[in-house]
Amino acid sequence: MTTALIVVLGVVMLVAAVFAVLHQQLVSAVIAAGVVSLSASVVYVLLAAPDVAMTEAAIGSALTTVVFLYALSRIRGAKGGSDGS
Amino acid sequence: MVARIFAILAIAGFALIALPLVTELPPMEELTSLARTYVERTPDELGAANVVTAVIVTYRGLDTLGEVSVLFIATAGVGFLLRRQGPAVRSGGDGVPAEPENGPGQAPSEILATGARFLMPVVLLFGVYIFTHGHLTPGGGFQGGVIVASAMLLYFLSTPGGRVGHTALTLVESLSGASYVFLGVLGLVLAAGFLDNRLMPLGEFGRLFSAGAIPVIYSLVGLKVGAELSGILDHLRSREGDHA
Amino acid sequence: MTLVTVIGLLLVGVGLWAMLTQRNLFKIIIGFSIIDTGIHLVIVSVGYIRGRTAPILDEAVGRAEAGQSVVDPLPSALVLTAIVIGLAVTALMLTYVVQLHRRRGSLLIDDYKELKW
Repeated sequence: MTTALIVVLGVVMLVAAVFAVLHQQLVSAVIAAGVVSLSASVVYVLLAAPDVAMTEAAIGSALTTVVFLYALSRIRGAKGGSDGS
Repeated sequence: MVARIFAILAIAGFALIALPLVTELPPMEELTSLARTYVERTPDELGAANVVTAVIVTYRGLDTLGEVSVLFIATAGVGFLLRRQGPAVRSGGDGVPAEPENGPGQAPSEILATGARFLMPVVLLFGVYIFTHGHLTPGGGFQGGVIVASAMLLYFLSTPGGRVGHTALTLVESLSGASYVFLGVLGLVLAAGFLDNRLMPLGEFGRLFSAGAIPVIYSLVGLKVGAELSGILDHLRSREGDHA
Repeated sequence: MTLVTVIGLLLVGVGLWAMLTQRNLFKIIIGFSIIDTGIHLVIVSVGYIRGRTAPILDEAVGRAEAGQSVVDPLPSALVLTAIVIGLAVTALMLTYVVQLHRRRGSLLIDDYKELKW
């Protein structure tokens, strides 16, 4: 059961990571990076590390994403800003 | 194209280095002697139920002090680089920013404003609960501080033009940092060493007021982390007339 | 769990690829944060012992047999602080990007050649 869940979460994380790297829209890429962190926090619970899971859930998926979006909103319209590399 | 080949080579090299971690490191069966010592001695020696907290605050307290300093320096860097300054100099070719269609002056929706007003005190209280109970339940100063910062984030989202007292943030941040070091030195004087938590009575195992100075120190860490992360968020959000 | 170690290492690989091949500064920072997550997964997975519970001692985990029933607390303690610092470092890097863009109006790393040789 646990192994199956970890396999599913791992696939989700890897797909989201590749999506974050390859996608042209920066906002979507940032959200995908947040998905990686959120899945990682569930994996931490399965690995019996609730302290780490709490930190990762609050920081990785909430604050990091918001910090990225704040920075994005400051540089909107830049060369390479919205249409990727 | 050459860069791509070098990237593939670098990742292949990394895979070569990391391969023994997967193939040759057997899964742990027993705790290492160090971990076993920490787990077995924590309840009697420090009176804390959460061993992770005991390791962070007391056994590796000096380490945590260093980590908090790194956090402080990073925050100071953000504040220094984003301080209010004169008009930006731009020389890049087509760097003229497009008019943001969703300017920072736009008022938040009714749902967001009302929801944030209701949720912010609750989330703040939850953050305080997390960092005061760090020695008993999962959680502690770092998690609690992050939750406090997300309460501040709710405030920032619901009131885009709202100001935070920077003096208050700085005061909380530096006072808690100074008290952290002061408690550490007090441990050196009253107990066995720097950041020793036994300068206060250990109390009854499993109660809120137990584990000596651990709840106090972790609350200070929580306040410090919360103030620092709120400061980062406040510096990074774009303000009116500042989004160029 | 070896499975999580593998996932973490693969994430590090993806992040490394992003940092080395992407030319947008934002993508490079996203790659950094993916590497961060991967490394943390690897460290926590090394301390996991199958069938054991979290290192919090209460009625459910007796204090006497704690040494036989909990996982290693050290990786958790290490990763906990590393995550918070990772956020602060990410914020610092984003601040540099914002300032670079303010000065030079570009997000592409090819436009910053001062240190190239």
